[in-house]
Amino acid sequence: MLTPVTPTIRSRPVYAPLEPRPGRLHLMVADGEGADALIELLAKANNRSEILSSAHVIYAPGPNGTDRSDVLKALGLRQFFRAPTIPALLPRLVRVLADAHMGTQFYLAGTEGLIGQAEREIMATGFPMGAIQKEHRGSTVRRVQCVHCKGITENVATDPFKCSHCGLNLFVRDHYSRRIAAFQGVNIDAEDPGQVPEPVVRFK
Amino acid sequence: MSLDFKPGAFDFFRDETFRESFTYRNSNPLRFPFPFDRDDYMYSVNMEPHVPGRKGTAFEHILDVDEHYVAEMIDRAKVLADDPLRCQSLPHMTLAGWDLLELIMEAKARDYPQWFSLTKNGNRWHWVNRPLGIEQSFTFLDESTLPYGPFEYITRQTQGDFSLQDERDNDLWMDAGMITSQADWSLDFDIGMSFMEWHAPVPLAHEKGVFDRALKFLLKLQHGAPVRRFNWTMTVNPLLDTAPETYPKWGPTKTTLTQENLGAKQHLRVELQSLYRLPRSNAIAFDIRCYLCSFEQIVTVPKWARRLHRVVRDLPDELAAYKGFLRNRPAMVEWLSKYDDGAPTSPGWWPDD
Amino acid sequence: MSGGAKLRVRVDSVTPVNDLIKRFRFVALDGSDLPAFSGGAHTVVEMDDHGTRRLNPYSLMSSPADRSAYEISVRRDDQGRGGSLFMHRHVTPGMEMTLSYPVNLFPLDTRARKHLMIAGGIGITPFLAQIAQLDQFGGRFELHYAARSRVLGAYMDRLTAAHPSQVHCYFDEENQAIDLSRLLATQPIGTHLYVCGPKGMINWVLSSAEAMGWPRLALHHEEFLAPGTGLPFEVQLAASGKTITVGTTQSLLEAMEAAGVDAPYLCRGGACGQCETNVHKCDGKILHRDHWLSPEEHAANAKIMPCVSRFEGKTLVIDR
Ligand code: HEM
Ligand code: FES
Repeated sequence: MLTPVTPTIRSRPVYAPLEPRPGRLHLMVADGEGADALIELLAKANNRSEILSSAHVIYAPGPNGTDRSDVLKALGLRQFFRAPTIPALLPRLVRVLADAHMGTQFYLAGTEGLIGQAEREIMATGFPMGAIQKEHRGSTVRRVQCVHCKGITENVATDPFKCSHCGLNLFVRDHYSRRIAAFQGVNIDAEDPGQVPEPVVRFK
Repeated sequence: MSLDFKPGAFDFFRDETFRESFTYRNSNPLRFPFPFDRDDYMYSVNMEPHVPGRKGTAFEHILDVDEHYVAEMIDRAKVLADDPLRCQSLPHMTLAGWDLLELIMEAKARDYPQWFSLTKNGNRWHWVNRPLGIEQSFTFLDESTLPYGPFEYITRQTQGDFSLQDERDNDLWMDAGMITSQADWSLDFDIGMSFMEWHAPVPLAHEKGVFDRALKFLLKLQHGAPVRRFNWTMTVNPLLDTAPETYPKWGPTKTTLTQENLGAKQHLRVELQSLYRLPRSNAIAFDIRCYLCSFEQIVTVPKWARRLHRVVRDLPDELAAYKGFLRNRPAMVEWLSKYDDGAPTSPGWWPDD
Repeated sequence: MSGGAKLRVRVDSVTPVNDLIKRFRFVALDGSDLPAFSGGAHTVVEMDDHGTRRLNPYSLMSSPADRSAYEISVRRDDQGRGGSLFMHRHVTPGMEMTLSYPVNLFPLDTRARKHLMIAGGIGITPFLAQIAQLDQFGGRFELHYAARSRVLGAYMDRLTAAHPSQVHCYFDEENQAIDLSRLLATQPIGTHLYVCGPKGMINWVLSSAEAMGWPRLALHHEEFLAPGTGLPFEVQLAASGKTITVGTTQSLLEAMEAAGVDAPYLCRGGACGQCETNVHKCDGKILHRDHWLSPEEHAANAKIMPCVSRFEGKTLVIDR
């Protein structure tokens, strides 16, 4: 099922279940449980075999270790690629985009880190952001940018957390930047140095 | 840090600082654009035509150049030297940058001929900025003839933060900005966002439909018919650069207020915001001009003293929290109450003559 | 002020382009530079047609870099309400006229990797300015331009001379048609498509592209609606307390203006949304002809766009 989000700040992305749309190439980028969203998408399609024969899936295991490569491979896709991690997956996506044509449908599924970073590469071509389908599945850990040092901490689970670059104690805002593909982290004890609340696990 | 201009003329322009020693002052508080036209405040689509207004006020010209000009430009140069990410322009915004450069140079040369001049010979332009000691010949629309991109070049010489919004898909996208005197928001984080996305953190206004109506209005903004609005917040010390980036540095000053120092330290921060449709790029320029005035200077105007007390006292908690002064509100109200005798105030923001 | 800022201009020249099209060149009355504009912008030309005020939008076709003059091309429409006929028959060099400041409802998306332009007939005019803009600032484009015949293919010569490999012309008379499915299948990702021309062509291009998986956000079109003619009808203006009759060749907006009611507008072609007006009471049928309101809003009959829409029925009360 689509991971429900209750946005407190309206820049926080919201997601919708993937829907089959007409296209000559179906480019699907997913990680972890995102594989299930692709499988459900195909199950919904009344032209399943047509989509399969023009589908290119680029996949990485999730941050929690979920790896559904075998299931995806068995679907009979035109092209399948498994990368060990998201950073290893992105160059492949960039290469595919370099000679993709209009008429390509984009489907992104999985963690927000994967969705955000893939979306950023697609938008860089001038393709309209509003036409990229996105479904959040699986882990809710966040990619957070420290607004002070600009370093990005991956897989943030607690709030507050310690910036992995500058060491400041940051609270996690729902304010989200597509350009950076990250949420915003702001120093929690700036006004009262040292008064840092106990971290709670907010993202799993 | 070395400046790439030579400020000289401190006869009219004050030699003052917005950091460390904080020597910033207003010679004439009556020039301050007091933003409250009534005794309470709530967000609204408060926009009016940006036309030249009363002589001797911040409204006399569309781009106000005041006694703080040179000091503000020195402050901006320092901020940029520390953090160049405060000025960014996405690649497709260069033409909008030229549009803004033209708008500013033409307005300044027209309204302040004693300080600025612009001579054109076709696309060969010659610009003189006497207060900053700058003289520049360049080719309009040719980036290679300026020391910075057109947007950065002109906004390093203009008071006020600026952002440039590209219009696409019935929305506005903040795709360039020179942001060094902001009320706690990050250009580096917000650049590339849509109107609703960059306004996302604002409380209450979305629910009231303020942003829906404001966006609809702006999408129809026409070249030649700029508009303006006010925004305001509170700042401890006359600090222009209250950026989230440096919050750990300036945040602690919020805890230093006492009844004795509050009048001098606490400043009302007013943003006179103006919006222009740019002709060649079809983008919209947003000028966020920041004015600071200490509480002790504001209360020299009796009407403003009464009104500021009432506005601060009655502001909804959500707004006081968002504007970052919830913790200091009781102290501010206590201090201001001494200047409010309960007498009625006249409508409008002008002081009673 | 309704309609926004205005420009006083003098007609500098009138040039016949072919049997149907004339080109008009305007310079500022005081000889100064005109405001710069962006490719795709239009201006609303005000005409005093022997006592009848007509305001028609026309795309600016001159180079946006040239501030010495504006140029528009007007196709004569013998069946129309008379604006184009007035331009053709009565506008002569030396005449003084009023134009609106340029407004752009058909801008290029400057982030696009490539611009694919499709024009039909007089729909070529916004592309002339856009191509001039791309020429100056760079940007990859390709133009496919269809006209009825070689004689009616306005500006084809200058376009093909300047951009031999980017401009492709087609003539109905010679049974040539744009190979749309090939064209739509071969564009690099990040291409934006722009179409301007007759309604049938716009619909054909947009629906084909969508069927081939092009996102709507990458598809741009411009079509100015003429207000059209219709049966006369009566309208009550609640705010000004007047009741007016809209004539056969008049728009509701024009009828309000003739009655001295200052109503907002920009494009006068159902595209910009500026004239949107609340309906207090509607006993009958609003003939919605705008592109602005959504189908749901059209069905609700709570809003009307007076620049193009009309009414049939007993009572219409609007908030003006
Ligand atoms: C297109 C130009 C505009 C830009 C670039 C802009 C930008 C911003 C930004 C960056 C913020 C701070 C948000 C944060 O907390 O992170 C803000 C706040 C706000 N904006 Fe805008 N804005 C624009 C136009 C408008 C307009 C036309 C309105 C009219 C209603 C408006 C109303 C507000 C309000 C009410 C706030 C909250 C301010 C406060 O309480 O301190 N903005 N704006
Ligand atoms: S005036 Fe533009 S829609 Fe009516």
